[in-house]
Amino acid sequence: MLRQIEGSRAVAETVALCRPEVVCAYPISPQTHIIEAVGVMVKAGELAPCEFINVESEFAAMSVAIGASAAGARAYTATASQGLLYMMEAVYNAAGLGLPIVMTLANRAIGAPINIWNDHSDAMAVRDAGWIQLFAETNQEAADLHVQAFRLAEELSVPVMVCMDGFILTHAVEGVDILDQSVVDAFLPPYEPRQVLDVSDPVSIGAMVGPEAFEEVRYLAHLRQLDALVRIPVIAAEFAQATGRESGGLVRSYRTEDADVIIVALGSVLGTIKDAVDIRREAGERVGVVGITTFRPFPSEAVRTALAGANRIVVIEKAFSVGVGGVLSTDVAISMHGEQFELRSVVAGLGGRNITRRSLEELIARAVSGDLEALTFLDLDHGAVNRERERMASARRSGPSAENLLRDRDRGPVAATWVKEES
Amino acid sequence: MFQVRIHGRGGQGVVTAAEILSVAAFAEGRHAQAFPSFGSERTGAPVVSFCRIDDKEIRTREPVMEPDAVIVQDVTLLHHVDLFSGLSRDGYVLINTSRSFGELDLGDIFAEFRPERLLTCPATEIAIEHVGRPLPNAVLLGGFAALTKQVTMQAIDQAVKERFEGVVGERNVAAANAAFKFVIDREEELARAASN
Repeated sequence: MLRQIEGSRAVAETVALCRPEVVCAYPISPQTHIIEAVGVMVKAGELAPCEFINVESEFAAMSVAIGASAAGARAYTATASQGLLYMMEAVYNAAGLGLPIVMTLANRAIGAPINIWNDHSDAMAVRDAGWIQLFAETNQEAADLHVQAFRLAEELSVPVMVCMDGFILTHAVEGVDILDQSVVDAFLPPYEPRQVLDVSDPVSIGAMVGPEAFEEVRYLAHLRQLDALVRIPVIAAEFAQATGRESGGLVRSYRTEDADVIIVALGSVLGTIKDAVDIRREAGERVGVVGITTFRPFPSEAVRTALAGANRIVVIEKAFSVGVGGVLSTDVAISMHGEQFELRSVVAGLGGRNITRRSLEELIARAVSGDLEALTFLDLDHGAVNRERERMASARRSGPSAENLLRDRDRGPVAATWVKEES
Repeated sequence: MFQVRIHGRGGQGVVTAAEILSVAAFAEGRHAQAFPSFGSERTGAPVVSFCRIDDKEIRTREPVMEPDAVIVQDVTLLHHVDLFSGLSRDGYVLINTSRSFGELDLGDIFAEFRPERLLTCPATEIAIEHVGRPLPNAVLLGGFAALTKQVTMQAIDQAVKERFEGVVGERNVAAANAAFKFVIDREEELARAASN
């Protein structure tokens, strides 16, 4: 039923429709509303049989999910940012063991400096952990991806992370069609584990593997990810057939048919980018958008096909590899190996900085006219950066840069945008 | 697209107001998107929330920079927060205060605005009378419906009842309707004064 609800609520209700048997989580903004809502449903008996396990940390949350999954239970958790880092060792273990856990990542920046707002630094920090990573553009897609995630995870015995932009999606109230239980049940069969801790048929899971077989175990994990590239579009197509909705898949193109310039991005910023593209199209610029829904495994062939014909590719990303540049940009560049094109990386929206349509329009205009540098930081306050560089050059003990920049700033965090400076 | 920005302080239900407004618009078959300005919530701190209403899918995720209407839940924010930033000349303003708009000492920033779209409403007093608590958020939505005609009062009633169950819901609906009537009466007064 189509309802006007908060993104977190839509995800919680959809997760419940997937009948998880164990949910374990530790609260962290902006994931909290999801896990609170699931907890209430378990307590009220609306989600049963399901055990909601309170844990003392994110490390414990993922460890419980691993134990539950190994015992044959459908396991779910959610986290963000520092919470993901705190569970990092277990995140790798879940993938290494081939346990089909589904986790929501309410994308948030990583400190220091501490920042609770949205960017994709957390997802990028675990891109090599062996999880499938799917990015939602809207709350509808965030909800739908969870149903597909359980199906995909359990088919392939690989954990799946559904990434949704923290606050921007998790706290936004918009229309979301929540599926009927019967539709989800028909789409998602009961979990049939490939390996299970069973007292009547004992096995050990998690053996130490030396040089004689480690590479082969890892290579098998790689092959399963490549299998995912085949299964993800099939599962998305079946989902579309069952629900009439286009959710998930590998990549999605928008107005790219004759585009000279194609913008590539992940997640909810695609909506604002599409609005900006429509406006630049009216001005006669041939520009389009490719949204990457599946980030891990990286759908190189699909990306290559989607970007064919573009002379200039602009990758807008909410994270970057410090000292290098764009992360997604590198994957795109490798996918396009041998093609004639110009790649431009744009780092935007770090730590919750607003990505405005106006800035995107200017960016597109610059890309079209060839005025965009190889690496651009959108709306960066160069003056503030230069002043701090001067302070650092003029005094050894220039102090902490973050605090210096806050004192210097002419723009504060989002919430303070409308607060006039105190004199 | 009609874009609303709501300013208030932590604890006044600023975020809830945007949510209720979006639910009301949704119930009338429109697309709506509500979201807070994200921050560490603290009681008393300035808070902003946003609501967009449109007849087609809303894709943008940027905050409302150029609102068609601004609702101010706490009059003490005047002169401290850039409340009317980006507001269009045809925009609507609804401020929670028992004073009239002219008494607010806003200088000449509204000189080029349409005076019939700039109104005040004693939402805190109305809330205390009907709800027993100084919570102006649902009340001002009644005033907003009267002022902008973007949503009907019936849709606001329904959305408020959806959000607040039982007696609390009933009382908030009564308060919102009182604000609706207050704004209509005020508009009629202004129209009479203008025609005289």
